[in-house]
Amino acid sequence: MIKKLISVLMILSLSFMMISCGHPDGTASGEDTLYVYNWGEYIDPEVLTMFEEETGIEVIYDEYETNEIMYPRIEAGAVVYDLVCPSDYMISKMRENGLLQEIDMDNIPNLKNIGEDYWKNSEEFDPGNRYSVPYVWGTVGILYNKSMVHEKVDSWKILWDEKYKDEILMQDSVRDAFMVAERLLGYSMNTTDEDELQEAKELLMAQKPIVQAYVVDQVRDKMIGNEAALGVIYSGEAIYTQRENPDLEYVIPKEGTNVWIDSWVIPKNARHKKNAEKFIDFLCRPDIAYMNFDYITYSTPNVPGRELIEDEDIRNSPIAYPVLSDYELETYIYLGEKADRHLNDLWREVKSY
Amino acid sequence: MNERRNSFLAAPYLVWSIGFILIPLIYILYFAFTDASGTFTIGNVSAIISYVNIRALMLSILFSIASTFICLLLAYPLCLILTTVTSSSSAFLSLIFILPMWMNSLLRTFAWQNILERKGVINGILLFLHLPPLYIINKPPAILLGMVYDFLPFMVLPIYNSVSRIDKDLINAGRDLGADYFQILKGIIWPLSLPGVISGITMVFVPSLTTFVISDILGGGKILLIGNVIEQLFTQDSDWNAGAGLSAILMIFIVFSMIITAKYDREDIS
Repeated sequence: MIKKLISVLMILSLSFMMISCGHPDGTASGEDTLYVYNWGEYIDPEVLTMFEEETGIEVIYDEYETNEIMYPRIEAGAVVYDLVCPSDYMISKMRENGLLQEIDMDNIPNLKNIGEDYWKNSEEFDPGNRYSVPYVWGTVGILYNKSMVHEKVDSWKILWDEKYKDEILMQDSVRDAFMVAERLLGYSMNTTDEDELQEAKELLMAQKPIVQAYVVDQVRDKMIGNEAALGVIYSGEAIYTQRENPDLEYVIPKEGTNVWIDSWVIPKNARHKKNAEKFIDFLCRPDIAYMNFDYITYSTPNVPGRELIEDEDIRNSPIAYPVLSDYELETYIYLGEKADRHLNDLWREVKSY
Repeated sequence: MNERRNSFLAAPYLVWSIGFILIPLIYILYFAFTDASGTFTIGNVSAIISYVNIRALMLSILFSIASTFICLLLAYPLCLILTTVTSSSSAFLSLIFILPMWMNSLLRTFAWQNILERKGVINGILLFLHLPPLYIINKPPAILLGMVYDFLPFMVLPIYNSVSRIDKDLINAGRDLGADYFQILKGIIWPLSLPGVISGITMVFVPSLTTFVISDILGGGKILLIGNVIEQLFTQDSDWNAGAGLSAILMIFIVFSMIITAKYDREDIS
């Protein structure tokens, strides 16, 4: 009996040892490291190598697909990241829930390169610009294939046109899907009014039979491969898809759309704050901002970085740099936990319909 | 002495089952019966009684039954063939069936997406032959195909095992007594292969019931199975309690199918 007990104890202590050794943030990691958590395909890998060579700081780099996947990991704190790149509404959620710490802006001289307008937009989710530094921004719009759609595309309405049955790709993310329906109905994309939400849900259900698929990143590849005629997509993907398939065209619908900013933030429990600030400063350098733009094709808020774009058509592209005052644009704001949950429930109702 | 050595050898298994089976299971049940603040609730489990969740569960069960049935229909004759051919070619044939398992199942499912797409491989061939195109992608048949393809080896292996272990003398005796092939099949091979069939059924039914990857990739996000609901509760809603609650419900079905397996296994011994 006692022998049995001892062997059980041995096993337990062994498993504890395994757990403590396996912890990614064991005390073994030195000062010269930086844990970065960013969107998938959201940086030129060469930039990481250059940063490591110039500063001697080793970058440990992880990726996520949606804000909603990122949030619980930061909240649980199982892996401690020093730098994360969430979107606007998620930044206000993280800020309100005390997951962020203020960035010491004096340590980042290159901040002057970020355009004034973008700081102003950031105030919506980060009053006083104390927690976040803009990285990329863009709009959400319709990408269509000119060889399949022979009419003027200027409204979300076309995504409900029976003519394009099985030719439509919708975004499989709650906020973006509801945004489309809410704008078409003339409501705010930040509405929490129950009647308006129900109406938007009904509209999305009515659309479902003609939708080919609900996807996130795959909109890009499917549109390039002529799999669908119309798709809801982020502006940053549009330039890339046009390079690959010249038949594709991007429009911002007249009912208005979402304008978003993804910004760097430092989580509260970050262990290498100084390194994180160094990295932000590095990314704000015009040449680095240009390298990233060229690689990921998402619009940079870095003004001198944008000037480095040689191709004038892209530098002044209405896709990457639309005249914002021409459109009815809105930024997502954090609706609170209860409203978030309700929206998720409604979205599941649409998808199981 | 011998006994002590045996318990020593079992130690790794004990670590494994405590660390990776028992503790996670307790965690799931803890989350299932508590809310975000940690107080007891049955709200997460009773959440199954909603239109969305019941519908998703029923669809999952239907898909699992269909895929299990098709797998059995394909696997059984194959195993009979495998046992009749010479041992070298049967080794080669079974290798062919296991070979896809060397690849990641996610990759295989994505491959099917490319094959079935509107402008995919199959439609390319059909178009070349001037035949009408096949549009099953993002529809139920595509999900069923994905399940059958991914889980067929799990049906083949246990059945092959039990069929190949049947004593040839029994079959010869049956033949000596004048039984034809179908009588031998019905009276000797089928009953003796039943344990393999039952474990094959469980091994296909359970992963089909819980999958969310196949329905997501081949269903275009248009068909919500119970696995998808749970996955979304964990990732999108970051509501671990609700996700664990539905997982607990799903476990009831899995435990139920395991009880059936255990029952047949016992009957086999007696």
